[in-house]
Amino acid sequence: MEGTTARIIRSFRQHKLGVFGLVVLAVLYLAILFAGFLAPYDFTQTHRNFVYAPPSKIRFIDEDGRWRGPFIRAMKKSRDPVTYQVVFDEDTSSVVPIKLFVRGEEYKFWGLFKTNLHLFGVEESPDRAMLLLFGADRFGRDLFSRVVVGGQVSMTVGLLGTFLSVFIGAIVGSLSGYYGGWIDVLIQRFIELLRSFPRIPLWLALAVILPPSWPSTWVYFGIVTVLSLIGWMGVARVMRGMVLSLREKEFVLAARVTGVPGMKIITRHLIPNTLSYLIVVSTLSIPGMILGESAISFLGLGIKEPMTSWGLLLKQAQSLSELESHPWLMIPGIFIMIAVLSYNFVGDALRDAVDPYRTVEKI
Amino acid sequence: MKIISTRNLKKYFPIRSGVFLQISGWVRALENVNMEITQGETIGVVGESGCGKSTLGRTIVKIYEPTAGSITYRDPSGASHDLSKGIDRRVEPIFRKDVQMIFQNPFDSLDPRMTIRDTIREPLQTHRLLAGKKAMDERVAELLMKVGLYPEYAQRYPHEFSGGQRQRIAIARSISVNPRLLICDEPTSALDVSVQSQIINLLKDIQRDTNMSLIFISHNLDVVHHMSDRIMVMYLGNVVESAPATELFDNPAHPYTQALMSAVPSWNPKDRKLGQVKLEGEPPSPINPPSGCPFHPRCPHRLALCSKAKPEAVEVSDGHFSACHLHSV
Repeated sequence: MEGTTARIIRSFRQHKLGVFGLVVLAVLYLAILFAGFLAPYDFTQTHRNFVYAPPSKIRFIDEDGRWRGPFIRAMKKSRDPVTYQVVFDEDTSSVVPIKLFVRGEEYKFWGLFKTNLHLFGVEESPDRAMLLLFGADRFGRDLFSRVVVGGQVSMTVGLLGTFLSVFIGAIVGSLSGYYGGWIDVLIQRFIELLRSFPRIPLWLALAVILPPSWPSTWVYFGIVTVLSLIGWMGVARVMRGMVLSLREKEFVLAARVTGVPGMKIITRHLIPNTLSYLIVVSTLSIPGMILGESAISFLGLGIKEPMTSWGLLLKQAQSLSELESHPWLMIPGIFIMIAVLSYNFVGDALRDAVDPYRTVEKI
Repeated sequence: MKIISTRNLKKYFPIRSGVFLQISGWVRALENVNMEITQGETIGVVGESGCGKSTLGRTIVKIYEPTAGSITYRDPSGASHDLSKGIDRRVEPIFRKDVQMIFQNPFDSLDPRMTIRDTIREPLQTHRLLAGKKAMDERVAELLMKVGLYPEYAQRYPHEFSGGQRQRIAIARSISVNPRLLICDEPTSALDVSVQSQIINLLKDIQRDTNMSLIFISHNLDVVHHMSDRIMVMYLGNVVESAPATELFDNPAHPYTQALMSAVPSWNPKDRKLGQVKLEGEPPSPINPPSGCPFHPRCPHRLALCSKAKPEAVEVSDGHFSACHLHSV
């Protein structure tokens, strides 16, 4: 007989989009795991010669038509005499080759030791030439490096927040469902009250509580807490429903007759039996968390400089004139979209795989 | 020695409706049930679906809180405790070890996420009966052998077993703490006939070895007859007749019991016709029970009195009680 796990894996693999999403997520998490190494520049380092520089053009063939491997040109900054706008001109005589494993700006690898080894980059001084895959921002910082490092916040905030909110939701939901009576009524009315609040003002109100003097790592965990304080309610609802049906099952009654205490019934029987549903619900609620973090940071109440996140990076693209002249500042938004879509695909695939009868609807 | 006795035990379930879930009615599942069970005795409870048999079992093990009446529990040291208003903190562990239950559906009564070892070990751990992993594992192996399974099954999961095997596992779990009273809530109704007899004989063997008391709830008259010393017949939450097993089968006194008996097909194919007493209609709803005797709308012998007054149980012969106006007219 085929085990449940084997069945889930087989059915997941038939879901093409889900597998695709899983691969994309794996790539994204691998990238943020080695963010400092993958980024060609330090994400906080400013470069005054490359303020608002557009993405570099990567070339392979030089002026004389010879194959030179991938290279970029050095840039010269000048001002348009009419509009006074900064324009970047390529120095057509220069060839700055892109190399693997170059020594560049220093960074701390996993916060443990200092190194200056990068996966790829150019060996030219950043005053003359920079490899800017996604362009630069208004301080001349490399946007690609910032997107990779910002992903560390955006991609983990969802995971951590969901973990916390599923934890709270599972416990509150099973208490509510298992004990019933006035505990249930109290918890359910409280959830309804919180849910009837508009979401963004509630986030903002909670985010304002975080003191501005906090260091950025504390702010990060503060944001996680804020997100999960709101996110647990959906999980609690689903959990309550499942516990309501599970608690009438005879194996729960058998445990009660034997004298197993209530909390132990919840942790030993109820939660393990809802685990597959909890995993699905979590996967489907991660995108909401990622969007939530982006929204808070976009509005300036979340992650603060010098730390960065995709939402914070998007903040630079707030004004229309900015967007018109520097459209590459929208790139972090594409990453948010990719991450959210991938999680949705994976969540949908998991839901179909775990639950052939579709009892958990998207929340 | 009595283990449990009940007096005028009632269990009503509220029906809630409306926005604020006001109570709009009651399901009268148990009405004034008096029973007692002594050490080593088996009491059979029979009746059709919805008559309150399972409610009685579940109220006695305190899964349900009784609405009124008393449940008296006598612990092994001889002290009596009233359980009708919640269990005292000191009595609860003794009671939870002393009274165990087997459920109807073996596909539902074992946690699908737990191995058989963990399932059987759970009561032992809860009551801290054995110290050490080795002693526990030995006890689990011993229990599995006692119910006729291989000790190697301990690391498997419930879905790997058939219904009969699962019911054996459930029995092993319930007898692991050496209870004095085992409540069997239709333990064989989900099994096929050959497996039914194995389970029943297993229960009889265990009872002979341990002098355990059984409350055996079933709708199968033959099974109950085979198992029980005394039989209680229930109808719409009321005990209509109770008597020693053989006496009840030989001389059913209450019209409902007579009807029930004659509904059992004969073993003889030439004698295909069912018995003489035929009932019409369905049992009434326990939400709105009939006045007077609960059985009067379907009773073939009803009198004018029957719809007005509820009959009291009278002793028709030695130890044979029946609640019917016919006995007193």
